[in-house]
Amino acid sequence: MSETAPLIVLAGNPNAGKSALFNALTGARQKIANYPGVTVERKSGHFQLANGRPVELVDLPGSYSLDPTSPDEAITRSVIMGEQKGERQPDAIVIVLDAANLDNHLRFALEVIALGRPVLIALNMMDLAERDGLTLDPAKLEAELGVPVIPTVAVRSRGLELLSAAIETRLSEKNEQLTTIVRKERGQGLRKQAKEIANTAVIAETAGRRWSERADAVFLHPFAGPIILLAIMFVMFQAVFAWSEAPIGWIEGAGEWAAVAVEANLGEGFLRDFLIEGAIGGVGSVVVFLPQILILFLFILLLEASGYMTRAAFIMDRLMASVGLSGRSFIPLLSSFACAIPGIMATRSIADPKDRLTTILVAPLMTCAARLPVYAIIIGAFIPARDVGGGVGLQGLVLFGLYIFGILGAMIVALVLRSTVTKGPNSGFLMEMPKYQMPRIRDILLGLWQRAWIFLRRAGTIIFTATVVLWLMLTYPKVPIDSPVSQVDYSAAGRIANVIEPVVAPIGFNRDMALALIPAMAAREVAVAALATTYAIDAPDEQAEAKSLTERLQSRWSLPTALAFLAWFVFAPQCISTIAVTRRETNGWKWPMFMLGYLFALAYVAAGITYWSAVALGL
Amino acid sequence: MNAPVTLALTLDRLAMRQRAEISSIDWDAMSENEGARLRALGLDEGVTVEKLHKGMFGFNDPIALKVGRMMIAIRKSHAATISVVVPA
Repeated sequence: MSETAPLIVLAGNPNAGKSALFNALTGARQKIANYPGVTVERKSGHFQLANGRPVELVDLPGSYSLDPTSPDEAITRSVIMGEQKGERQPDAIVIVLDAANLDNHLRFALEVIALGRPVLIALNMMDLAERDGLTLDPAKLEAELGVPVIPTVAVRSRGLELLSAAIETRLSEKNEQLTTIVRKERGQGLRKQAKEIANTAVIAETAGRRWSERADAVFLHPFAGPIILLAIMFVMFQAVFAWSEAPIGWIEGAGEWAAVAVEANLGEGFLRDFLIEGAIGGVGSVVVFLPQILILFLFILLLEASGYMTRAAFIMDRLMASVGLSGRSFIPLLSSFACAIPGIMATRSIADPKDRLTTILVAPLMTCAARLPVYAIIIGAFIPARDVGGGVGLQGLVLFGLYIFGILGAMIVALVLRSTVTKGPNSGFLMEMPKYQMPRIRDILLGLWQRAWIFLRRAGTIIFTATVVLWLMLTYPKVPIDSPVSQVDYSAAGRIANVIEPVVAPIGFNRDMALALIPAMAAREVAVAALATTYAIDAPDEQAEAKSLTERLQSRWSLPTALAFLAWFVFAPQCISTIAVTRRETNGWKWPMFMLGYLFALAYVAAGITYWSAVALGL
Repeated sequence: MNAPVTLALTLDRLAMRQRAEISSIDWDAMSENEGARLRALGLDEGVTVEKLHKGMFGFNDPIALKVGRMMIAIRKSHAATISVVVPA
C-alpha cells in the first residue's frame, strides 16, 4: 500500500449540503486551487479517520448528472471516472444526498453507484427532512442501493464519527471484490427507479411544517418580494459605510502609530522614507478598506447560505431579461459589487455561453470595493458634506449616483452586446430554489476569513509591489539641489507621466492623475496610494508633508477635474486580476482585450463629457 | 366507461396552486443542453408539478414549480413548450 493519504471525494447535487459536510470534516485546514485549464475550484482538505489515518478530502462541484451540462459537472464526472489529469483515482466516493429530496438526488447517486466504484452515501440534512414531516429508514435505503448509508446533519456535525468509521471500513475492503448492484438505467428509467427507491426509504410522510414555503409566500410575493429585495440591498450598502467607520479608524490609528514608531527609531535616510512613504503610506491607504469589503462579503455570504440569493435571482429574472440576460446573472453581478473576480467566477453557473460571456464583460462595471478608496477620497475632498434634506447627505448621494451610473452603464452595454457581439437566442432561466436554511456561523466566518486573506495577500503583493515601484520611480533620479524643477517632474515616473498627460489632458486630467493611472493598472485602489506617495514626495517641507491628502487634492485639482476622475473610475478597467480571470474564464486573449478596449473607450468618453459639462456649467 | 374530464394546457398557463401532470415536452424547441438540464431538475414526462409562485407584478414571469420536494424556477417561454394535464 502506498504511503500517500487515500483520496476521498465528496459528490452530490447542488444544495445537498456538501460544502457544510466538507467544512465540518476538515475545519479551517482547506486549500482552494483551480483545476488546470479551467476555473473550476478544487477545494481540498485533510482529516484523520478514527484510527488516526490521514485522508485527503476533495469537495467536487455540485452535479445533477454524470452527463455534464456545465464545466463544473464535467470536472465532477472526470474525477469520479478517474480521468481527471493531475488528480488521483479516488479511493472512495462519498455521495451527499439531501434527505428531504431523495427522489431527485438519488438519480445522481444511482448513476455513480452503477460505475461499481467504492461508494458511500451521506444521507444529509436529516433534521430538515424530519422538520419537513419525512421519516426515513436509512437501513432500507442501504439494502436497496447496496452501499453503506450514513445519516448526517453536517451543519450540526452529527453523524461524522459514523461516516468516518464507514470510510475506514470502505478503504480496508478496497481490494476485495465489491458486491455492488450494478443497474444501468438512463433517462426516464433512472428517474422511475430513483422514485421507487425513495418511496421504499420513506416510512412516513406528513405535511409537516412547511416553513420554507410559508417564507416564500412573503419573499416571492409579486409585490412584497421586490420591495424586500430592494430593502435588503439598501441596508447592505448602508451597512458598508455605517459599520465600517470605527474599524477604519482603528486601522488608520495603527498606521499612524507605526509611522511614528518608525520615525522615532530610524535615522533619516532611504529606509525610513521607504517605510513611511512607500510601505505604510501606500499599503496602509488600501488596507483601511478591509472592513468595508468584509461587511459587503458578510452580506453576500449570508444571502447565499440562507438560500435567499436564488430568490433574488427569481425576482430579478424578468428585469434582467429586458437587457438580454437572466436572473442567473444577478448573483454574479451582485458579487461583483464586492469584487469582479468572484463575480466572474460565479458566472460558471450560467448555462448559456453567450449569457455567460455578456455577464463576464459587464461585471467590471459593477462598483467593486476597490473603487471605494478612490471614490471616498475624491468625494471627501470635493463634495461638501451638506444635507440635501430628509437626512440624506450630498456625499452619500453622489456615491449612490456612482453606483447607479455603473449599473445603468452595465445594462446599456449588455443590451448592445446582446444585439451585436454576443447575439443569440434569448436564454432560458431554469434553476433550483433550495429550502431556506439558517446560515452556520462557522461557515460564514470561514468564508470571510478566506476573503480577508485574499485581500490582504493582494495588498501585500500586487499593491505593495506597485506602490514600491512607483515610490522608487518617483524618488529617483534625485533632482539636483537648486534646480527649479520639482522632484516629481524630474523623477522617472514624472517623465513618463509627462508623456501621457497630453492624451488625458483633453478630459481634464493633470500630470499627477496621469501618474496615478499607471500603477493603478495593477489595482484601482493603488491610485489613492499613488497620489498619496506623489504628494508626500513633492511636499516642499515638513509642514506641507503633514497636510492630508484631502487638503493637497483640494489645493491642486479643480472640481470638474475631480468629477472627471470619478467618472473615469466608473468605467476604467484598471485591475490586472480581472483581466487575468477573464482570460482564464474565456480561454483566450480575445475577450479580455475586447473588455479592456471598450472599457477604456467608455472611461475616456465619460470622463470627457463630465469634465466639459462641468466646465460649461461653471463649476 | 366514464373517463374523468381532464384539462389539457401548457405549463405556462397553469393557475396558482394548480397541480398537473406533464404529458409531453417539446424537446425540439430547446437545445440538447437545455433538455438535459430540464431532466436533471426532475422535469420529465409523467411528473406531477404544482405552480407555487410567479414573478414580479406586471410580468408574472418566471414561475416557480414544485417538483417532488424541490422548487424549480422556469421562464414562461420555456414552460410553454411543456404540455400538462390537469386531473379532474
